[in-house]
Amino acid sequence: MKAVRRFFSSFLLFELLRGMALTGRHLFARKITVQFPEEKTPQSVRFRGLHALRRYPNGEERCIACKLCEAVCPAMAITIESELRDDGTRRTTRYDIDLSKCIFCGLCEESCPVDSIVETHIFEYHAEKRSELYYNKQQLLAIGDKYEAEIAAARAQDAKYR
Amino acid sequence: MMELSYWQHLFGWAWPGVWTLVRIVALVVPLMLAVAYLTYAERKVIGYMQVRIGPNRVGFKGLLQPIADAVKLLMKEIIIPSGSNKFLFVLAPVLTIAPALAAWAVVPFSPQMVLANVDAGLLYIMAITSMGVYGVIIAGWASNSKYAFLGGLRSAAQIVSYEIAMGFALVGVLMAAHSLNLVDIVNAQHGGLLNWYWLPLFPMFLVYLIAGVAETNRAPFDVAEGESEIVAGFHVEYSGMAFAIFFLAEYANMILVATLTSILFLGGWYPLFDIAPFNWIPGIFWLLAKVAFVLFLFLWFRATFPRYRYDQIMRLGWKVFIPITLVWVVVVGAVMQTPLAFLVH
Repeated sequence: MKAVRRFFSSFLLFELLRGMALTGRHLFARKITVQFPEEKTPQSVRFRGLHALRRYPNGEERCIACKLCEAVCPAMAITIESELRDDGTRRTTRYDIDLSKCIFCGLCEESCPVDSIVETHIFEYHAEKRSELYYNKQQLLAIGDKYEAEIAAARAQDAKYR
Repeated sequence: MMELSYWQHLFGWAWPGVWTLVRIVALVVPLMLAVAYLTYAERKVIGYMQVRIGPNRVGFKGLLQPIADAVKLLMKEIIIPSGSNKFLFVLAPVLTIAPALAAWAVVPFSPQMVLANVDAGLLYIMAITSMGVYGVIIAGWASNSKYAFLGGLRSAAQIVSYEIAMGFALVGVLMAAHSLNLVDIVNAQHGGLLNWYWLPLFPMFLVYLIAGVAETNRAPFDVAEGESEIVAGFHVEYSGMAFAIFFLAEYANMILVATLTSILFLGGWYPLFDIAPFNWIPGIFWLLAKVAFVLFLFLWFRATFPRYRYDQIMRLGWKVFIPITLVWVVVVGAVMQTPLAFLVH
C-alpha cells in the first residue's frame, strides 16, 4: 500500500509540485540582499580589521616595545626594532605589519599590555601592489590618530566582557 | 504595398531572395534580443526565488546587463587548445546554432506570419532539432578534453533517448489534428482554454514539456554540463564568442521548445477565452504570452529541482515517458473510433 501511494505521489508529480510551490512562494518573499556600497551589515565592536597603533591622550605613543605581539603573531607578520630613548624609556624605532601575511586573528591586540596595537573596524582598504600592504610605524600611528575616537568607543563598549 | 512593388521592381529577378532575406532578418534579430533578455530574466527570476535581487547595476534595474555580457564575450579571445582538432573545434558552435535558428523557419506566429508554411512542418522541426546534438558531440570530441568528452557523450545519450518520447508525444498531436502543418494544428485547436490540446493530451503535454527541458540540456537534466562533476561539460574548452554561440543556441532552443509547446498544446495564437475582451487582443500577443509562461516554467524548474543522477535520467526517459506516450497514443486512437471522438477533435 505504501509502495502504491509512493508510486502515485511521484508519478502524478505531486512531490515536484510541492517543491515548485515552495520556490514560487520565495519569488515574492522579501529579499535579503545587502546592496554593499550603499547598505552595510551591522558590525561587532570586536571586529578585527586594519591595524592601528594608539597614543595616550598626552600624545605619547603607548607601545613600549615589549615585542609580545611580535612573539605571539602566528603569521610572523610583525617586525619590531627598539632602542633606549633619551628620557630612559624604551620605544620602537621600527614597527612594521605585513598585511599580506596577517591573518587577522587578533592575538597581537590580546597580548598587548598597554593596549597599543589594536585592530580597528576598517575593512575597506586596498592596495595595488603587495608592497603597499606593508604598513610601517608612521602609517599605523596615523591610522590610530585618525580613528582614536572610534577605537576608544569600541574598547569601552566591550570592556565589561573582557 | 505600393512601396513593396517599388522595391520589387528595383531588385528585379533577385527580389524573391532579397525578400526572404529581409524576412529572415526580421525573425532572427528579435530572436537574438529575446535570447539576450531571456538570460536576464533567468538571472532575475532565479535570483528572486533564492531571495536575492539578481543583476541590478548595469543600467536601470540591470536592464543593460545582457548587452554588457555580450560586449565582454565579443572582446575576449577565442582560445583553440593545441591538442584539439581545429577544424571541428570551430565547426561545432556553427553546427549547434544553425539548427537552433533553422527550426524557426516553419514556426507560425499567426496564420499569416510564417517564413515557410510547410505541410510537413512538424516533421521538419523533429528532423532539424535532432541535428543540434551533432554540434554538442563534435564539440565534446574535438576539444580533446576528458570533461568535454564526457559531457558530449552524456548529452548525446540523453538527447537521443528523449527524442523518442518527444516524437511519440507529437504523434498524439498529429493524430488529433490530422495534420503535420503547424498552422493547421493551431487552427484545429480553435477556441478557448478547453479546446486546446493540453487537456485531451494531458500526459503528452507533460511528457513534451519535460522532454523539452531534457532536450535543451536544462536543469534538472543538465548533466551534460554538470559543473560540479565535469566542470562545464562539452563546452569547457570554449571561450569568448565561440562559447557565446553555444549559449545563444541553448537559449534559442529553449525559446523554440517553449514556442512549440505553446503552438502544439496551448492553442498557439488563440486567446485564453474566446469572448469579447480577450479576442480583441491580436493573436501574436497571446502566443508571446504563452511562450513567456512556458519559459517562466523552465526557469522555475531550474530554481527548484536538483540535478538528476544520470541513470535516473535514462530510467525516466526509457521506462516512464516512452510507455506513457505509447499508452496514450493507443488511448487517443481508441477514443477516435468511438462516439467520444469529439473529445480529441
